[in-house]
Amino acid sequence: MIDSSLKDIAAALRAKTVSAVELATESLARIEAGNPRINAFVTVDRDGALAAARAADTRIAAGDAGPLTGIPLAHKDVFCTEGVLTTCGSKMLANFVSPYDAHVVSLLKNAGAVMVGKTNMDEFAMGSSNESSHFGPTRNPWNTTKVPGGSSGGSAAAVAARMVPIATGSDTGGSVRQPASLCGITGIKPTYGTVSRFGMIAYASSLDQGGAFARTAEDCAQLLSAMTGHDPRDSTSLERSYDHYGADLARPLAGLRIGLPKEFFAEGMSDDVRLAVEAALAEYRKLGATTVEVSLPNARLAIPAYYVIAPAEASSNLSRFDGVRYGHRAAEYTDLNDMYCKSRSQGFGAEVQRRILVGTYVLSHGYYDAYYIKAQKLRRLIAQDFAAALEQCDVIAGPTNPTVAYGIGEKSSDPVQMYLGDIYTVAVNLAGLPGLSHPAGFGKDGLPVGLQLIGNYFTEARLLNTAHQFQQATDWHSRAPVF
Amino acid sequence: MSRTDWEVVIGLEVHTQLNTQSKIFSSASIAFGAEPNVQACGVDIALPGVLPVLNKGAVERAIRFGLSVGASIAPKSVFARKNYFYPDLPKGYQISQFELPVVVGGALNLLVPDGKGGAYEKRVNLTRAHLEEDAGKSLHEDFHGMTGIDLNRAGTPLLEIVSEPDMRSSAEAVAYAKQLHSLVRWIDICDGNMQEGSFRCDANVSVRPRGQEQFGTRREIKNLNSFRFLQQAIDYEIQWQIDLIEDGGKVQQATVLFDPDSGETRAMRSKEDAHDYRYFPDPDLLPLVISDEWVERVRGELPELPVALSARFQGEYGLSAYDATTLTASRDMARFYLDTVAATGTANAKTCANWVMGDLAGRLNKAELDITASPVSAVQLAGLVARIADNTISNAIAKKVFEALWNGEGESADAIIEAQGLKQVTDSGAIEAIIDEVLAANQKSVEEFRAGKEKAFNALVGQCMKASKGKANPAQVNEILKKKLG
Repeated sequence: MIDSSLKDIAAALRAKTVSAVELATESLARIEAGNPRINAFVTVDRDGALAAARAADTRIAAGDAGPLTGIPLAHKDVFCTEGVLTTCGSKMLANFVSPYDAHVVSLLKNAGAVMVGKTNMDEFAMGSSNESSHFGPTRNPWNTTKVPGGSSGGSAAAVAARMVPIATGSDTGGSVRQPASLCGITGIKPTYGTVSRFGMIAYASSLDQGGAFARTAEDCAQLLSAMTGHDPRDSTSLERSYDHYGADLARPLAGLRIGLPKEFFAEGMSDDVRLAVEAALAEYRKLGATTVEVSLPNARLAIPAYYVIAPAEASSNLSRFDGVRYGHRAAEYTDLNDMYCKSRSQGFGAEVQRRILVGTYVLSHGYYDAYYIKAQKLRRLIAQDFAAALEQCDVIAGPTNPTVAYGIGEKSSDPVQMYLGDIYTVAVNLAGLPGLSHPAGFGKDGLPVGLQLIGNYFTEARLLNTAHQFQQATDWHSRAPVF
Repeated sequence: MSRTDWEVVIGLEVHTQLNTQSKIFSSASIAFGAEPNVQACGVDIALPGVLPVLNKGAVERAIRFGLSVGASIAPKSVFARKNYFYPDLPKGYQISQFELPVVVGGALNLLVPDGKGGAYEKRVNLTRAHLEEDAGKSLHEDFHGMTGIDLNRAGTPLLEIVSEPDMRSSAEAVAYAKQLHSLVRWIDICDGNMQEGSFRCDANVSVRPRGQEQFGTRREIKNLNSFRFLQQAIDYEIQWQIDLIEDGGKVQQATVLFDPDSGETRAMRSKEDAHDYRYFPDPDLLPLVISDEWVERVRGELPELPVALSARFQGEYGLSAYDATTLTASRDMARFYLDTVAATGTANAKTCANWVMGDLAGRLNKAELDITASPVSAVQLAGLVARIADNTISNAIAKKVFEALWNGEGESADAIIEAQGLKQVTDSGAIEAIIDEVLAANQKSVEEFRAGKEKAFNALVGQCMKASKGKANPAQVNEILKKKLG
């Protein structure tokens, strides 16, 4: 049953042909069977899930059910969950049990969704492959020797492996769209400020944004609609009316203008990706859309700008992990400074330490203007590029990732090579725009390819409508991996 | 060796704790004296995932301050992170304002005691005032071999008020600090409690040969929490710097602490050890935007400020600049004075001033009471002043009546005068009778006076007053006695 659409599951729950407890049990069984191979979950909360499922069944019986009541879901381990381990993929927080729920977690709890567990991720969301997790790499269900992408790789793999129908993620430079692409599912990162960051452990505050994974755009719309809304506890949360993102799904694509940034279709893209993306664009034209070439001249500067701004913010955001109040503290130390050094050196992995060092450097006296201020200027230029391009089109389309999933260990020794994989996604975060990745086909080795859609601010419904119409005409999204 | 004439240059940074209900970025209480860590919520202890939300009350107080010193209120200011590691700084950074503070410019006009009983005017310009959060406290004493951390204070709102290096002596620095202290209480943004750390001064001190334009190298004395320590620390520091330079040394920029027990300052860290705080705009907080409407609303709610009130006291009541400044040293004193004048009439304003600043202030000081807790109310004091003005009692008797009011011996001056029979004798016949008696009993003094000894006259007046138990009108006694001896 959990392989059905959210709409069908909800209808079955209402019709009492299935119970929330049965759904949770099915999900837990899939996790039990598949997780040893995939390592998508850091924590499985069987007891909590069954209790929540029983409560959901009571609600359904009382006629008090919403569209997500009784639906099993997984949270990326970046979201704080009261009473359940929240590790952020790090040894630093390997023992951390949050005393409170993230805003997103409480919204979904109140909606009656049933959390079955917390998903694996790159440590502190820093990575593109899930290899930097303290709890071992997550494996791609399409080929377990390959990475699932990152940093929300656990959530993407869990949905792709049909362990849960939906999962949350966070996207700072592509961390929802990229793993969605590599795992052959749909993932959306909304406009910055629409999903509260309260309780979502910060990596780079000005870029971090919660997002949603599902197999289809329709289900993403359902999940995202339950995650967004103004939260007074997050000062960057936007105060505006939040319509249901699924309201526009049925709209035909005739007349849709799709912008194709020429910089995204230049060199760098693998043949697998190029072929699938071009076929998908042909499909869009068949559906009545037109394509137009646009330009994002500063897009090539997105990676350097991102790898200044994100580490700068991270170096400060991660200062609270000092071993004083919670988290890992070194067993032995000589004085305060030694306690800090040892606790942080032991608690943080190599990629996190690398970004803290880079961030500390770019904020240092004498370098701040040359790096941080400069990067902020680039950020504005990149946002202006998008604004200009989006005057000529309704949505921008291109590859989500330059390649299909690569092998575990293949790029982990060369961080710059891995950073370059974010080339199509980071600019969207720098501009704060919404972005979506949907399955567009498969490469010659049977690995999924994703197509990225980028829209103007608050056009999530349009992006989801676009992807939904594509998914009505194609079946890439309904193919399941065998692992 | 010829002695150089040294000029002292002082600038102050004052941390005022704002009297909001809750913290600057969380909803935890800031009340003083709670058990350790009970007033620290998830935001204050920097749990993973928590975010700051700015307390508008803190901003409003900053605006109030800016308007009261004639500063400009920045339409857009920015919170920045000041990064450093310390166990009582839970986030590993302090949220402060760096490049764009909320209050820019402004000035305080002071009356500085000149040490010879007078005072001179002095204007001290302000550089800026910015909002920031306080850190927690490290408790080193109660834990053997360990340090305790109390995060109750973490996140307490502070307004750091930075002056230009405009002060030229410790007396000026103290006068500035006192005026600022009075002002922040006047506009009700800070309780001014220095013992509890609500008002703390850092003094930047340097010296230079008089006439030299360039500033000398400064040292910053941290955390002075009384006016006396401020004075002592600066005086010691000035002498230390002059001695060092005159002995051929050079002042090195440093942060120093004042030890009240030894009366000395000692270096805490040198410039080389200075932190690189890696300031950058806090991405968790939007720029602070303050609309003109907000500023105007706050302006409309401001009480009459001490400078304006002092001018009014001088203009309408004919008080001296010194008296007017003294009476506006605190809002409570000014309010008491205004209430007293209101109850007895503007014609008695000068007498009221003398009583409020003189006997009342002295008595309160002795009893260590705040004027708001005065046992003699403004209305009672006004009643006393009225009886002096209409000659019912002399000044000498008035002091007795005041003491009786203080001790609660009667409801009003009138009741005490009546009950204790203190009414002044103004009947010339009665006074004459007393004088005659005194003259008869003091023939020796009369002779001495007639022989040209002026002092004898005063002795006779004294005898008359004594004989009337102080109730005879002294002016009439003088007049009649002169006539009789003349």
